[in-house]
Amino acid sequence: MIYLELLWSYLKIGFFGFGGGYAMLSLISDEIVVRHGWLTAVQFHDIIAVSQMTPGPIAINCATYVGYMVTGNVWGSLIATFAVSLPPMTIMMTICRFYVRVRNSRYMKGALDVIRPVTVGMIGAAALMLCNRQTFPHGWVSCAIFVAALAATWLKVHPIIVISAAAAMGILTEIF
Amino acid sequence: MLRQLFGTFFKIGLFTIGSGYAMIPLIQREVVDNRKWFTEEDFLDQFALAQSSPGPFALNTAIFVGYRMRGVPGALVSMLGVTLPPFFIMLLIAACLTGFRENRWVDAAFSGMRPAVLSLIVVPFIRYLSRMKWPAVLTASGIALTIWLLGVSPTYLILGGAAIGVILTFFRRK
Repeated sequence: MIYLELLWSYLKIGFFGFGGGYAMLSLISDEIVVRHGWLTAVQFHDIIAVSQMTPGPIAINCATYVGYMVTGNVWGSLIATFAVSLPPMTIMMTICRFYVRVRNSRYMKGALDVIRPVTVGMIGAAALMLCNRQTFPHGWVSCAIFVAALAATWLKVHPIIVISAAAAMGILTEIF
Repeated sequence: MLRQLFGTFFKIGLFTIGSGYAMIPLIQREVVDNRKWFTEEDFLDQFALAQSSPGPFALNTAIFVGYRMRGVPGALVSMLGVTLPPFFIMLLIAACLTGFRENRWVDAAFSGMRPAVLSLIVVPFIRYLSRMKWPAVLTASGIALTIWLLGVSPTYLILGGAAIGVILTFFRRK
């Protein structure tokens, strides 16, 4: 049953979603692209582009989008978005309840100290995963876009500007 | 109060584009300066916890602010507020894109965006690496390669990392 699989996948993504949006990408692709094949790697790449230009966290954007694509209706979106939000909600409310104890817990701190480099590695894995032929469809033009976007992002230009400029470049390449 | 929570987080959900870090100042201004629900110190303290717990920061922050203000209903209302705008916008895009994705110009735009998306992910990776000590850098690089080459699910690596952290803490205590 597709709805149950969607629910279970996104519960997992929500539960293990440490380290913010970019780290969650490798978690999401593991479930959506590798395990279930709900999206191709290129479709997944496109969603990241869209979610960088629309409001909201990547995880939510992606859940809404994948839910719709997989089931073809709103219910899929609703279930995926609900599932990805449920674990953070439960965990966050528990933390609030035992705020002082959680904050002072040595074990919690010890676990998080090791999880942190793991999440950075997950960001690296997401980047490696996107290094493929489809990422550079126009040869040197694509490479130039990559380098320019790298410099712009390094200089803290807003992602929406970086992505829009790259989209414009893509359209220009198609014209000429 | 519930309506204010909803309104505040609806606004934040609607205007936060890009990374979760981008909205920290936005939330802080709204919750600390404008509404005076939290002192700055209290907010930053709690935000550090929201950052280290799983899930998007925006969502975690909405949940803790809502919960601290009005308990479970507060958390639910704030969560709904911050999730609704991206939900409806993405739904609209998903519905539209299914018809237009094969369009020549849309496809051209996406093929231009792909290398840029890659650099958006490469930059934070390098930034984090440059701020870490070398054992952490080695761990992170090893993890990246493990996921990429061997296809190991990140969930196992997180579970393993948490277990190692707890064990290390246990032995350090003695």
